[in-house]
Parts: sequence; C-alpha cells; structure tokens
Amino acid sequence: MAQNNDSSSDAPLLRTPLHDLHVAAGARMVPFAGYEMPVSYPLGVLGEHLHTRDKAGLFDVSHMGQAVLSSKGSIAQQIEILVPGDIAALDAGHTRYTQLLNDKGGIRDDLMITRMPGEEGRERLFLVVNAACKEADFAHIDSSLGDARLDLLDNRALIALQGPAAFTVLEKLIPGCSEMAFMSWRAVSWNGASLFITRSGYTGEDGYEVSVPANNAVSFTEQLLADDAVELIGLGARDSLRLEAGLCLYGHDIDETTSPIEARLAWSISKRRRSEGGFPGAARIQRELHDGTTRKRVGILPEGPAPAREGTIVHAQDGDEIGIITSGGFGPTYGAPVAMGYVLSEYAATGTKLDLMVRGKARPATIAAMPFVPANFYRGK
Amino acid sequence: MSSEVKYTEDHEYVRIEGDVATIGISVYAQEQLGDVVYVELPEVGKSLGKGDEAAVVESVKAASEVSTPVSGDVIEINGELETTPGTVNEDAMGKGWFLKVKISDASEADGLMDEAAYNTFIEGLA
Repeated sequence: MAQNNDSSSDAPLLRTPLHDLHVAAGARMVPFAGYEMPVSYPLGVLGEHLHTRDKAGLFDVSHMGQAVLSSKGSIAQQIEILVPGDIAALDAGHTRYTQLLNDKGGIRDDLMITRMPGEEGRERLFLVVNAACKEADFAHIDSSLGDARLDLLDNRALIALQGPAAFTVLEKLIPGCSEMAFMSWRAVSWNGASLFITRSGYTGEDGYEVSVPANNAVSFTEQLLADDAVELIGLGARDSLRLEAGLCLYGHDIDETTSPIEARLAWSISKRRRSEGGFPGAARIQRELHDGTTRKRVGILPEGPAPAREGTIVHAQDGDEIGIITSGGFGPTYGAPVAMGYVLSEYAATGTKLDLMVRGKARPATIAAMPFVPANFYRGK
Repeated sequence: MSSEVKYTEDHEYVRIEGDVATIGISVYAQEQLGDVVYVELPEVGKSLGKGDEAAVVESVKAASEVSTPVSGDVIEINGELETTPGTVNEDAMGKGWFLKVKISDASEADGLMDEAAYNTFIEGLA
C-alpha cells in the first residue's frame, strides 16, 4: 500500500508548547510547516470532524505566526499599501480577513488583522499569518513599512476552540466571552496571563481563537479539555472542516498566481479600497472586478463515491480540459466527497456538469455553491 | 483447506488457499490510514501482474494504492466495501478483504513475510 505523503525537509522540527500534551493524548505527530504537529488523535479524523460540528473541538494552531505591528502614526493606513482589506475603517477590538498581495495581485499569504487598542500613543495591529509563510511575511512587512515596529509573539501559543458548544465552555473560564460578536477581539486576563480572544475560526462553526502566553498554554488547554464537550482535534479534521466550510487553504486553493478576485474573495475588499486602489496589483484587481476573470474558484461535488483529490484535472462534458481541483476529499458531515478548484469562468455557474479525471477515468461532477455545510457563526442577539 | 497469510512491506496481505489468493490491507495499515471512506476495486477478469495497482483505498485524508503481491486474474471482488468501506477498519483480515485472484505463479509468494516476520517489521517502524 503506497501512500503519497507531503514530503518535507530534513531540518529539525519545531515543537509547540502543547507538544507533550499531544503525545500523552496519543496523537499521531507529523511534520507540517516545519513543526511537529498532531494530524489526528485516537478518536480519528472522522470522529474528530463530527465531534467539532456537534460539540466543541480544540485545535493547537501555535505554529501560525502572531505579531503586533505598531507605529506612532496610523499603522492601519500604512499596512493598506500591502493588503486590499479596509484596515483603516476597522474599529478597535475588531478583526478582518485580508491578503498580503504581490505586485501582480497574486496572494503572498492570507491573514487576520485585528485593531488593538492604542498604547502609549502607538496605534497597534495584531496579525495572525500562516505557519509556512510567517518568516517571509514578517520580513516583507518589516521591510515595507519603514517607521513601523513589528514585535513577533513567538512566546505565545494559539488555541482554537470551535463548535456549537465552544461559547458555553469558554464562558466558564472567561466570563463575558459568549457575548462577543463574530470577528470581534478582546484582551483579557486569565490567572494573571494576558489572553487575546478572537471570535473566529476555520471550521465554519462558531468559536474562538485564543492567543495564550506559552507558559500558560498547557494549563489553559487542560482546563478546556476538562469539559466533557471538548475533544482534541488534529490537522486532518481541521482540513476536512475548512473544506466543507468552503474556506481556502493557502498554498493549495490560493497562492502567488491567484488573485483574490479569481479566488472569489472580493467580499474582503471594501468599496473604498476597490475605487482607491493603493495596494499591490491594484490595477489587475480593479480590472478583474470590472471585466471578470478567465477562471474562478468554485465548489465541486463528485456524483459518485470516489473522492477527487488535489491535482485532479477537470474536463467539460465535451472532453476539453477546463480546470483543476485544488482541495478535495470526503466531507464527513456532508456525507459524500466534496472538492474545490478553479475552472474557466464560462463553466463556473452552479449546476454545470463536468467530468473529473480520477485515475484516468472521467467521473461526473457538478459545480455547487459553497459552503457545503451551512456556516454556524455567532452574529449576536 | 489450510491457508497461509503473507505480508508485503507496503502492508498488503495475501491469504493463499490452494491457487486462490485473497488480498487486503493489514490491521496496521488500516490503523495508519484511519477511517476508510472509499475503496475502488478492479473488474472481475482483469489480469494483474505482481506489483500492479489492484485497488485504491481512501481515508478522509488521502488516497493509497493497493498493489497485488502475486500475479493472476481477478476472480472475485468484495462488493460490500462499496457501501460499507468502514469494514476495512473493523475487520481488515476478515470481512474487509479487497479481491481474490487466481494465482498464476505460486513461487511469487515465497519472498513475502510471514506473520512473525511482518510483526517484527512493523515494530521496527514505530
């Protein structure tokens, strides 16, 4: 039985503050973005996925890059030369999803930016970027924004708690967090430690991402795990959960060659930023917003039971090659294979019939709206 | 009829009864894969050479090829796996078998590991 594993370099792997806790819980550890990370626990990917949608899953995402970017001037305006998101309009305590773009309007990385309350006359942003891109991202931000200061938060873990029971669980530790709106942020003190709590996530469920000082990460995690509703969830289920939610995985569904418009992330670019431009590749993005793109990211549902994996070629029914799958697998909650990828825009309408070339055989599939499983975000009372 | 189970280093097993070989994946293999969600089997009558891809087994995470350790024509497939692929996890060595071939060269099984040798082999992988 031969398995195609993502290979990685031989450099020694880094460990997160929760490493020993994962091993003690029986996790299968794998190399991921230079870290030794849990891909699954004894519950298994399927069980972990379903548990997260049913109750609450705890994910160690400490490999992701965290930093505070600050300046004496308006750092929110300054960072807009790198990203198309409307950061200047972001109020303190709110979080936005955006992308670091290259000069061609391709995506260097996608990230979350939070406006923190100012401190000592400095305007501050809290950034969370992808693990595999973090060194390059931070070097790019640091060299592009002259008088800004970038403080890396290497001494913090990042723990996601996701699922319909997440708010009742976290409320017991952090009173008041259940009232936070989706994409809002708070700094709170817990047992003397400073936590940053964002109501967001990467599963399509309600939940939180909590930045915890490394020294407090184990005790904080153990307190959450003491609740019967909470199970540890590995990267395997994290991937199937985000795929069902229709969310992009950097390096797969988006990369240096895809623009946010092709990737159907135009919702993350405000009216002001569209008209004013002023970010890398703005000319391409404004043109694509006006004229459309030749290819688009779409949801794809294989009709049969065979999953279509990343790299699967997409054909029109007449046999022409029209695209490629960028993420694909089995959706445990959906109960069947699900996929996303890029197709020529004339084939991107929901309901369009296609063929997926899996192991040399054409297998019928249909373009479908995403998410595949309805999102369950908390929008406030 | 007496039967003999042998294993490959890629974690396929072959149970040999007379000139019929039943092929599947080992208990260790299904543990490594996790929850099996799809199995693709060959057509009955297909002629397979030693090492040819005989089936594909897919978990939530990934697809893996299953090769036949012995040459022969496919005489039966386990159609139940189409509707209940999880049987591979529950009973890999029994009801979770994949296919049966009519062995064309019995000597091909000689180079495979027996149960004891395979157990030593997987201990070395830990």
